[in-house]
Amino acid sequence: MAESIMIVLADYVSVKILKQPNRKIRPEEAIISSGLIDSFSLVDLALFVEDTFGVRIDDSELNAQTFDNLTQLASIIQTRQKK
Amino acid sequence: MTIFSERLQSHLGRTPERVAVYLQHSGQPDLPIPYHQLLRGANAYARTFAREKLQPGEVVILILQHGENLVYSFWGAVLHGAIPSIMPFLTEKLSPERYRADLAALISVTKPAAVVTYPEFEAEVRGALKDGDSVRAVIVTNKLEPQADPDFNMLAGMKRSENDIALLQHSSGTTGLQKGVALSHRAVFNQLDAYSQALNLNNGDVIVSWLPLYHDMGLIAGFLMPILSGVPLVLSSPFDWVRAPYKLMQSISQYKGTLSWLPNFAYNFCAQKIRDRSLEGMDLSSWRAVINCSEPVRWESHHAFHERFKSYGLKLEALQCSYAMAENVFGVTQTDLSRPPKVEEIDRESFMTERVARPPANGRPAMKMMSSGKPLSNTRIRILDEHGKDVRDGKIGEIALQSDCMLTGYYNRPDATEKALHDGWYLTGDYGYISEGEVFVSGRKKDMIIVGGKNVYPQDLESLTYEVPGVHAGRSVAFGIFNDEAGTEDVVIIAEVDSEDSLEHEKVADLIRQHVTKNSAIALRHVKVVGPKWILKTSSGKTARSANKEKFLKELELQG
Repeated sequence: MAESIMIVLADYVSVKILKQPNRKIRPEEAIISSGLIDSFSLVDLALFVEDTFGVRIDDSELNAQTFDNLTQLASIIQTRQKK
Repeated sequence: MTIFSERLQSHLGRTPERVAVYLQHSGQPDLPIPYHQLLRGANAYARTFAREKLQPGEVVILILQHGENLVYSFWGAVLHGAIPSIMPFLTEKLSPERYRADLAALISVTKPAAVVTYPEFEAEVRGALKDGDSVRAVIVTNKLEPQADPDFNMLAGMKRSENDIALLQHSSGTTGLQKGVALSHRAVFNQLDAYSQALNLNNGDVIVSWLPLYHDMGLIAGFLMPILSGVPLVLSSPFDWVRAPYKLMQSISQYKGTLSWLPNFAYNFCAQKIRDRSLEGMDLSSWRAVINCSEPVRWESHHAFHERFKSYGLKLEALQCSYAMAENVFGVTQTDLSRPPKVEEIDRESFMTERVARPPANGRPAMKMMSSGKPLSNTRIRILDEHGKDVRDGKIGEIALQSDCMLTGYYNRPDATEKALHDGWYLTGDYGYISEGEVFVSGRKKDMIIVGGKNVYPQDLESLTYEVPGVHAGRSVAFGIFNDEAGTEDVVIIAEVDSEDSLEHEKVADLIRQHVTKNSAIALRHVKVVGPKWILKTSSGKTARSANKEKFLKELELQG
């Protein structure tokens, strides 16, 4: 389950945000604190998560303290989907 | 004529309870700061600067984030007669090493006597100091004198003359030596008089801004003008806005905001990234001007913004433009607020090849140019050809300006000042033309990229790329390509490596992305690593940016 969420997220990040479709995003790779995703693209990521998985990411959660890699983001999504 | 401290004293005397600033922080209630509190907070800093033996006329660098300390320390420096200059705070995007190097370079040119920062950041600041440099005090925000009502008879800031430098505004270069634009009290007030007149600024106005204070648009329009004019300011931070752009609309609706300034990309960003549910019940009918400034202005961006928000009461004539720069304090031109900016259709080919703006000959491809308005009443504009001669209306040339609110000079940089000023005219480095008395800005003289309102020099990005293992010096090219959807330029870096292996290319692209972003705080949209001999050079061996840009765009098109 988390696996399939992560594949979708990784694909979105590499294709839509980084525009490097061949770029692999590792599950534990830092995506915010590393500067890989800038703040403008963070809003896009949040909107994508909401549209794709039907869960809300609040704007106060768009920072490296809340999630900094795909594993953490996928786990937030899963927890909220169960509710 | 007057000076900053006298103006503050007058607001305190007449309207001590009037709110100067509503300070907003995500997740916290808004903090209203009336003038009496603004001056108590500022006075704590003025007394601290006196304790630290800071002399009037000396520079103090403020390294603080959005918040009370930044507001109080700025006005505290004013009350003390010192010259405040705000430096961007370190963000997680930028590497601390690069930040320290930039700070050290700034200190070596500007020669500040003091730096103000947080206790947690003190070590970082001290890391940029050297024995024998100008900084005598690093002042931390938890070791201030207590807040108290100011005694204006004792304040050194009351004894400044109107020709003294009031503040420094550092231009937003990516790396290297920064230029601090030095502005006098007289220049700032002359600008505020002329600009307020163009806006018909009045008692009913409320300014709403999230713009950073280290940039002229935020510092002047979104900080100095409201506070010195007695117009309430609702101030939030760019970090909060970029994560929740709907909060701008929320503030307009809640405070009946009337005026805001935005860079062009922000119109697209707001139009695309705000959910309907975030806008429920909002009333934007009080907004009388949303002024597009600091990036090339695009009619398409205004159109998208209006379409998105008109059902919430946004008026079409609220969308306006200004052409502005720190060297003129801020505004150079302003569109007429009573009607939408003029939009001209011009012939694309004549524009490209003859450098002239004329209506399209029947059926030929046209492009839309949006006016930045007429020069302010105190500012004169000329359009010059490459020999410095005036050109006729409609012909494109370099924009030059003269006014009674120009910079005193680039601080401690007589070389740069001399280069920029010619017979009392400031050469802007921007290209544009005049039509029926209005200024249309069409581009930049230098290869500068403007991304999200920030100026980026491609050679800085190329130099950073050469630092990445596998990329040889001279084998990288950086340029901007306009992104219609984003309403601003995307940064592209192309780098050649010896290998033709695509996996290796991905690896190097990653390294470039990380290294350049960490050292410039610029996010890269396209990083393309290629094999040998991709990059086109001129006959003299120089990299031809425009030719490489065309080649890149063609390949992008082929890929679909």
